[in-house]
Amino acid sequence: MTTEQRIGQVANYVDERTGAAAWMKKNLQKVFPDHWSFLLGEVALYSFVILLLSGTYLTFWFDPSAREVIYEGSYAPLEGVQMSAAYASTLHISFEVRGGLLMRQIHHWAALIFMASIVAHLMRVFFTGAFRKPREGNWIIGIGLLTLGIVEGFLGYSLPDDLLSGTGIRIAEAIIQAIPVVGSYLSYFAFGGAFPGEAFIPRIYIVHVLLLPGAFLALITAHLMMVWYQKHTQFPGPGRTEKNVVGYPLMPVYMAKAGGFFFIVFGVTAFISAVASINPIWLYGPYTPGQVTAGSQPDWYMGWLDGLVRMAPPLETYFFGYTISWNILIPGLIVPGILFTGMALYPFIESWITGDKREHHLLDRPRNAPNRTALGAMSITFMLVALINGGNDLIATNFDLSINQIMWGTRIGIIVLPPLAFIITKRLCLSLQRADRELVLHGRETGRLLRLPHGEFVEVHEPISPEKAYLLTSHEQAPALALPDVDGRGVKRSGALRNKLRSRMSVAHSEAVPKVSADDLKEIEHH
Amino acid sequence: MSNEIEAIKDPGLPAHIHRKADHDPVAAKRAERQVAILFGISSLGTVLLIASFFIPEDIFIFVPVMGSQNAHQLGLGLGMAISLFFIGMGAIHWAKTLMPDQEVIAYRHELRSEDVDRKEFVVAVKDGVEASGIGRRSVIKRSLGAALGLSALSPILLLRDLGPLPGNDLKETSWKAGTYLVTDPGDRRIRASDLEVGAVAQVLPESDDPEHRKLNDIAKDAVLLIRLRPEEFNLDAERLSWTHEGIIAFSKICSHMGCAVALYEQQTKHLLCPCHQSTFDVTRAAKVIFGPAARPLPQLNISVDGEGFLIARTPFSEPVGPSFWGRISS
Repeated sequence: MTTEQRIGQVANYVDERTGAAAWMKKNLQKVFPDHWSFLLGEVALYSFVILLLSGTYLTFWFDPSAREVIYEGSYAPLEGVQMSAAYASTLHISFEVRGGLLMRQIHHWAALIFMASIVAHLMRVFFTGAFRKPREGNWIIGIGLLTLGIVEGFLGYSLPDDLLSGTGIRIAEAIIQAIPVVGSYLSYFAFGGAFPGEAFIPRIYIVHVLLLPGAFLALITAHLMMVWYQKHTQFPGPGRTEKNVVGYPLMPVYMAKAGGFFFIVFGVTAFISAVASINPIWLYGPYTPGQVTAGSQPDWYMGWLDGLVRMAPPLETYFFGYTISWNILIPGLIVPGILFTGMALYPFIESWITGDKREHHLLDRPRNAPNRTALGAMSITFMLVALINGGNDLIATNFDLSINQIMWGTRIGIIVLPPLAFIITKRLCLSLQRADRELVLHGRETGRLLRLPHGEFVEVHEPISPEKAYLLTSHEQAPALALPDVDGRGVKRSGALRNKLRSRMSVAHSEAVPKVSADDLKEIEHH
Repeated sequence: MSNEIEAIKDPGLPAHIHRKADHDPVAAKRAERQVAILFGISSLGTVLLIASFFIPEDIFIFVPVMGSQNAHQLGLGLGMAISLFFIGMGAIHWAKTLMPDQEVIAYRHELRSEDVDRKEFVVAVKDGVEASGIGRRSVIKRSLGAALGLSALSPILLLRDLGPLPGNDLKETSWKAGTYLVTDPGDRRIRASDLEVGAVAQVLPESDDPEHRKLNDIAKDAVLLIRLRPEEFNLDAERLSWTHEGIIAFSKICSHMGCAVALYEQQTKHLLCPCHQSTFDVTRAAKVIFGPAARPLPQLNISVDGEGFLIARTPFSEPVGPSFWGRISS
């Protein structure tokens, strides 16, 4: 029997029981556009699979218990030390299980790569405007995944119960405790009593290995089904329109590429884990609340939060004998809450500003949406300043600065630098638009100089290809919304303030260097 | 409006350029060999992985740049990396050189349903609601709403036993009047003379069962002793009376977020919390001089007993550790 016949038999067996052939036929031919930046989300997906695999492996030996044990393993420096079973079993995985340390490092590195690729993917989606209608829902799912990822990562590195992670839990407990009115109650419920107690490790274990991975699976499935159903966005270019998708068919090209890419991501993660140590918990020792490691750092995706907490002014209010810790609430809950809510709502805010309710499948080049790009740069700057302050102690020791200098630098920087980044980015985008316009009108600079008969030197310009000219001019330049203060009869419209705000923002959003039209080109030819 | 101006025309998809392997059988054969070699390297990686599994775990080898490395760990990791990475490389090389690379065009369908479908959907929903009678039978609607709302209480109730209520727990520590200060580690009572000027020590309240101290207790009881020259203090009379021969005691649990305030700078007499860099001035009763902490570290009132051992004269006069809503309420 040939291979073809055998495949035919299997296909027949399945189809007679499911009727899948019709659906499969269509979807095996599904077209996916190609661009390197579309791989970022794939990296996140594959890291998630790696996390499931390596995490399951770790559960075979990890003992999520705060029960006190005396260490008797092969790591001599901790011989006879009192510690939790969680910490002891993590040492066991690291030193006695062959391949255990490798798997631990793969799990931790994959988590960092997971978060990094989510953030990179989010930036790609944001800066290209891929979140616009009809993909707002998928954007929100993405924000959900990012948020869950931060929580899941934090719980994950808290599990080994080493001195560093215990300190992290202590800080999380202080944030819970700072919530007005119910804080101390919530903390006692979460920890089963006073900090640290013995309930927390087993509790966060089940959240880490069951509850959140389940939520991840559900959200990722929904995320991918939406991409599948709505079809992927594509970058603008010749032959690409809002009505088509140009790319490679799923079977075989995309399958081979995406499948191969999974192995590459896994291979690279394994390589990093083979050569680069991460979270060497045996150096920190077991957790005890009376001690701390110098230079306590969370993982990078929590670093911005820690940086905000570090730079917060020492503010507490007392009234009627009650305490509100603004120094914890503002950086720990209020600012992150505003940031993530704003991020989730952005698609709706932008569509409100532009009044654009149409579907968009062609991506924006970031320069062609200067306001959005500038807003993105502003947010990234804010996060970076916070992140830098999250590592202020390391920066201070490595660059011979004082903590005070860095702290004051970032306290001022977090207010001054983001708006500055906004202005600079917006100007840069407009300049790039201007450069595009030049390129279409006058062609490419060839670097060849020509001396004219009267002695003047000029540079020879070469016209660009029609494809390139189309790419640089195919974007839409929508005018600002016209929102008059008064209606047709001269009566002031209701919601005047809202209208004014919307109108202002719309003007800012539509600011652009006029793109070249065919008429402009004709005019130039006549010269 | 912008659409009055004629836009530059779409020249359409650029012409497809064939690869060498598409028409040259020799090139195609070469690409095939390359793919097979990549898969072959992957197999070698797996062999390395298997071999490394049996390397004893105490053998270290010198690798340039990386220094001394555990051969077992490195071999396992590199073997796994090679075995996985080159499967991926092979598959992608295969796709790029031998599978069709002609871009194809598919068309999007509008996501919006046909108007007829939308109308029929609305009718179906309306009919369904109508048939159920929920609009008309308001008693059912209200009682259902009440039932659902009430049933949401049960998970809240059932989660009640997640933990006890805090009560006064957060405000109390093991320090009582007369509790001996003992070293941590060691659990030995301390005389003033054990501590030299400029020295710092971590102490705990004496316990009946020092072998099995609870972390919950340490989280509130940890205290730092610092000995200065008495004239270096800048304290009011009351706080000065809480010290003993230049020895001053503070809660080691940060008043900001509860980390251990472990860094003492002898020169400046500052205590620094490594978590968020709150800095406390020891000479001024741990006044916050930098960072996000809003309150000084609570000071423990200490003295000595008849034999000269350090004791707590009173419990802490305020709750230790991070703030909470009812911290200063009675």
